[in-house]
Amino acid sequence: MTKSVTDVICPFCGTLCDDLEVVVSDDGKTIVDVYNACAIGAEKFMHAQASGRVTRPRMQQPDGSYKEVSYDEAVEYTAQMLAKSKKPLMYGWSSTSCEAQSVGHEIAEQVGAIVDNTATVCHGTTLLAVQDVGIPSCTLGEVKNRADRIIFWGCNPCHAHPRHMSRYSIFPRGFFTNKGHKNRKMIVVDPRNTDTAKMADIHFQIEQGRDYELLSALRVALRKEVLPDTVAGVPKEKIYEAAELLTSGRFGIIFFGMGVTQTLSKNHNIDEAIMLTKDLNEFTKFSIMAMRGHYNVTGSGQVLGWQFGYPFCVDLSRGFARYNPGETSSNDLLRRGEVDAVFVLGSDPGAHFPISSVKKISELPSVAVDPHITPTTEVAKLHVPVAFVGVEVGGNCYRMDNVPIDARKVVDPPEGVLTDEEFLTRVNKRVKELMEA
Amino acid sequence: MEGGKEKDAYRKACGIIEMDPSDLKKLGAWRNTNVKVTSPHGSVIVKAVEATQGPHPGLGYIPMGPWANSVTDPNTYSTGMPTFKGVPIEVEIAMNEPVLSSIELVQKKCRGEI
Ligand code: SF4
Repeated sequence: MTKSVTDVICPFCGTLCDDLEVVVSDDGKTIVDVYNACAIGAEKFMHAQASGRVTRPRMQQPDGSYKEVSYDEAVEYTAQMLAKSKKPLMYGWSSTSCEAQSVGHEIAEQVGAIVDNTATVCHGTTLLAVQDVGIPSCTLGEVKNRADRIIFWGCNPCHAHPRHMSRYSIFPRGFFTNKGHKNRKMIVVDPRNTDTAKMADIHFQIEQGRDYELLSALRVALRKEVLPDTVAGVPKEKIYEAAELLTSGRFGIIFFGMGVTQTLSKNHNIDEAIMLTKDLNEFTKFSIMAMRGHYNVTGSGQVLGWQFGYPFCVDLSRGFARYNPGETSSNDLLRRGEVDAVFVLGSDPGAHFPISSVKKISELPSVAVDPHITPTTEVAKLHVPVAFVGVEVGGNCYRMDNVPIDARKVVDPPEGVLTDEEFLTRVNKRVKELMEA
Repeated sequence: MEGGKEKDAYRKACGIIEMDPSDLKKLGAWRNTNVKVTSPHGSVIVKAVEATQGPHPGLGYIPMGPWANSVTDPNTYSTGMPTFKGVPIEVEIAMNEPVLSSIELVQKKCRGEI
């Protein structure tokens, strides 16, 4: 006999779907099937069960191989490393619960660490822009019920947030959008003809890196001013047409992703996108939202925000919180060799950082806490496996629209494996002893 | 990549460069040939495949992962964000060189072996 757990939260992407159904074996130990999730979400649940999973911490040996150690030794190494270090970097925090983040910050405060999350390589520039010009946003529920003009700018939800369109943005029938996608007009801005772009009513195939120009051009078109014949590779007629389409809607939303935040103009792109949203509000109701990737990167920004006042790049090394992206951001610190230890939890900088930064991590005392084996765990000095948040332990998470949702536990973790929060709590206790001694 | 980054599926999905058919022709490469991608910031061996979400001559696309990060621009221009996109690259055929797994690639790069 099997039983089924309903209303399970998918701990993968920022869409944080909350309608999954997971079938578990009678003893509550194995996942048999996952319903309603997209392929990536389902894979996350099934992968948790894969054989050959590491269930004990592993310490790197001088020859580069790894040897199993106990959790006690792992706690001791981590606490010693953090307590001794002058300026440790504590990075990640996006694939874990808010509860665990909070314990991590307590440690960081004691040892004078820098706390940075994955926003530093994805939507950090968004956060800078928001601090510059503010942000008119809304929840995904409002999008579902009201939005009839949807822009996807530099993002590809077909692949990165597979159920975003079916649950919220394009297909669902909402209160004021009772014809589903027939009510909605979809504009996609992407230099590539992505699968998302193929579904669009209008696709602006812009020249790579020319987002700022096109955003400005749309603002010009809204004011009915003159445009040059082409902007960013897009003919002006199409821009006027799009401006017309946007202003004729009742409620519009711009979703934007890495395509705008990671190109050269960075935060200025987002500044401009937000200003376009503001301009559009002269004509109709318009909102803008970042397509956050990791399921709880939004939560990390929230917890850091309410504890220290800044959403990422928080430098606690002077005993009070400082924030200066470009100086206190992970990649800059690593590039300049300013940190002397690295603690990673809930992220994989080994795969996501430029290789020069990864090399710096591999040269320092380093701990990677991650249920998986990843490029990061394989260059860190110590790998601590933990339970999967949202699969083997519950916890609070924030969806991309800043709505908090409690993730549920579905099955037990493998015997003896600690959760993020348990491991951090033990490290915290040990750090306290060391700092007082 | 929730299926596991140590698995071969990750290498097959991200250890690639999507190129326009016309660029492949210019290079004289067949589809699925291994190529060496070089930028001012490093180089990496990946498999050249035909762009699925094209066309866009002159534009190559390597999915996010350690392969892409071997050639991206680490400069953040004081924003904290490395410049991941819009990096000028050169592509040459490297038929006999293997595409490494994510872990081998990162480990070897860190040890300075490649
Ligand atoms: S869209 Fe995202 S949150 Fe929803 S099931 Fe897929 S991976 Fe999970």
